[in-house]
Amino acid sequence: MKNYLNPKQRSLLNALVVADFKIRYQGSVLGYLWSLVRPLSLFAVLYVMFTMVFKVGDQIPHYGVYLLLGVMLWNFFTEATNNGLSSLVDRGDMIRKVYTPKYAIVLAAVFSASVNLVINLLVVFIFALINGVQFDLGRLLLAPIPILQMVIFALGISFLLSSLYVKFRDVKYIWELLLQIGFYASAVLYPVSLVPEAFRFILFMNPVTQILQDARFAIVYDGTHTAISTMGSYAFIPYLIVLLLTALSIWYFRKSNKLIAEEL
Amino acid sequence: MPKTKKNDTDAILRVEHVSKTFRLPTDRRQSLKQTVLSLGRTNYDQFKVLRDISFEVQRGEFFGILGRNGSGKSTLLKIISNIYSPTEGKVELGGDLTPFIELGIGFNQELSGRDNVFLNGAILGLTKKQIQEKYDEIVAFSELEKFMEQKLRNYSSGMLVRLAFAIAIQAHNDILLIDEVLAVGDANFQQKCLNVFRQLRRSGKTIVLVTHDMGAVEEFCDRAILIEDGEITMEGAGRDVANRYRRINFEQLTDGKRSDTGEIVMRWGNNAATVNKVWVANKPASTKTKLITAREFTLSIDVSYNTDLQDPITGFQVIDASGQIIMGLNSKISHFPKTDRKKGDRAVFEWTQPNILKSGTYFVSATVHDYGGEPYDWWVEAISFVVEREDDTSALVLTEHTLRVEEKKK
Repeated sequence: MKNYLNPKQRSLLNALVVADFKIRYQGSVLGYLWSLVRPLSLFAVLYVMFTMVFKVGDQIPHYGVYLLLGVMLWNFFTEATNNGLSSLVDRGDMIRKVYTPKYAIVLAAVFSASVNLVINLLVVFIFALINGVQFDLGRLLLAPIPILQMVIFALGISFLLSSLYVKFRDVKYIWELLLQIGFYASAVLYPVSLVPEAFRFILFMNPVTQILQDARFAIVYDGTHTAISTMGSYAFIPYLIVLLLTALSIWYFRKSNKLIAEEL
Repeated sequence: MPKTKKNDTDAILRVEHVSKTFRLPTDRRQSLKQTVLSLGRTNYDQFKVLRDISFEVQRGEFFGILGRNGSGKSTLLKIISNIYSPTEGKVELGGDLTPFIELGIGFNQELSGRDNVFLNGAILGLTKKQIQEKYDEIVAFSELEKFMEQKLRNYSSGMLVRLAFAIAIQAHNDILLIDEVLAVGDANFQQKCLNVFRQLRRSGKTIVLVTHDMGAVEEFCDRAILIEDGEITMEGAGRDVANRYRRINFEQLTDGKRSDTGEIVMRWGNNAATVNKVWVANKPASTKTKLITAREFTLSIDVSYNTDLQDPITGFQVIDASGQIIMGLNSKISHFPKTDRKKGDRAVFEWTQPNILKSGTYFVSATVHDYGGEPYDWWVEAISFVVEREDDTSALVLTEHTLRVEEKKK
């Protein structure tokens, strides 16, 4: 690990994240609040739709918190992977002109989104308190696990996509498409109980579904469907997918790492 | 402190048998569809950019890498700074290296000067602590104290360059790797850069300068290599390498043209000034001659100026039959005060010096060039002359001397 995260690289990582933040909200009056506006407005639309029009929210206690948590996590996933995907190309000028540890650039992109996630989760927490969610300390202590898993998953995907994007610019459009499908295939907005039982197994093959449900289990209420309650002894599958995909991504990233400066 | 004698173990940068081949698809694929469709029948063009490059740079040395555009020197620079990886061979570093390939990498217009110092510093491979320590120096050097909290987009281009240069110069590590940044900025700024180089040189910093500016190599580099078509074709003292380069450049410029007598024409420049005549004479006889036999001789260059020129420099080199440069002087070295010339002016420069040359044939190259080394007229081997002396030596030169012997009796 000597070659990773030494003081120089930590400084670089830090500088990139700080610069990214400062630049993003430069010159806007609301500044940081804008990064809350996007997920909150999506949440508002969905909340109105699903409590007043379709009335599916009635089946779940604290549906508002349940939905908001899902939206915030999904928002992180799209933001982190989109940032990550274009990170190497965006910093191409730098990579071509000075030695830069490439992984630090991808890491910085995902970290920026992670900082947003932490703040957004605080909003969820406050919302949950107002909504009268009864926290269970035992379950709450589990909450960091799915959140961490989400960050690792986003990071893994970013490593893969960023190095692919250097070679194939199509990757951006493919990923946009996958995210669009993923939003509906990830139980962000509907309760799993509405999904026919036969499809639930498939739904949980998607690690994002598993992560969202684990987080909801830990934070919102214990009656929600999780990978473990749905898939039984096959519940390891989504976790394994995250692990394998991340390993594959890192392997591919390291393999293509050497030539990135030339291919950019 | 006097420079200590260097030995081999003192190498701070070691480049060993480095080769680089670029494999470029003949038709660059950019989309997945094209890749899928052309799978299995991709044609690559191989470009061998560098071939078996080996050299060492000693601690405290000012080292030059000289070569024309397209010679591979920029690729070498990128390999040394770990941006590209070599196809074969390796680069060993005995310290931290700060590359200085372009000014202000990663500068962001929307951030303040202060933020950009930290960002650019981190990109150049410095820790936050190192930048904090050097922050005041950087600000002082850039002379931008009042502007550090301003956004960069409010800076003038001159201020930008000053800030970028200050970071690169102040905030560097053991080895500083510089790529032709001298080409940017106005004359004033270039002068400042040159002064900094002189300072760095005096302070014993290790510097690798990659350039096509022979003037800079001549003035600053202890040693240099010349790269042509991806190979080292010469390694030696900065001055010698610069000279060889000058000659190559000029042969290419004149297209190897030959005069009526079949000699290669070896003269080039932009004609802003002309070397009319070059001659040598015995002292005190002082008549033009081809044969130097006296203990002292003069070398004269007759120059006319074809446009108004700011402080042109006149100089010469004496080269022996093997191509070694034995002597070299110019008006700057000889402390001739800066003199601006008007169009139509003419002057004869006469140097008088002891005859240290051993018997043999010598060539004189004469030049008028600007302060940066860009020639107005460069005349390679303008004349030749012969030295004959009784007291001869097999060494390179024979200096004026006395000998005293004290006999010790048993």
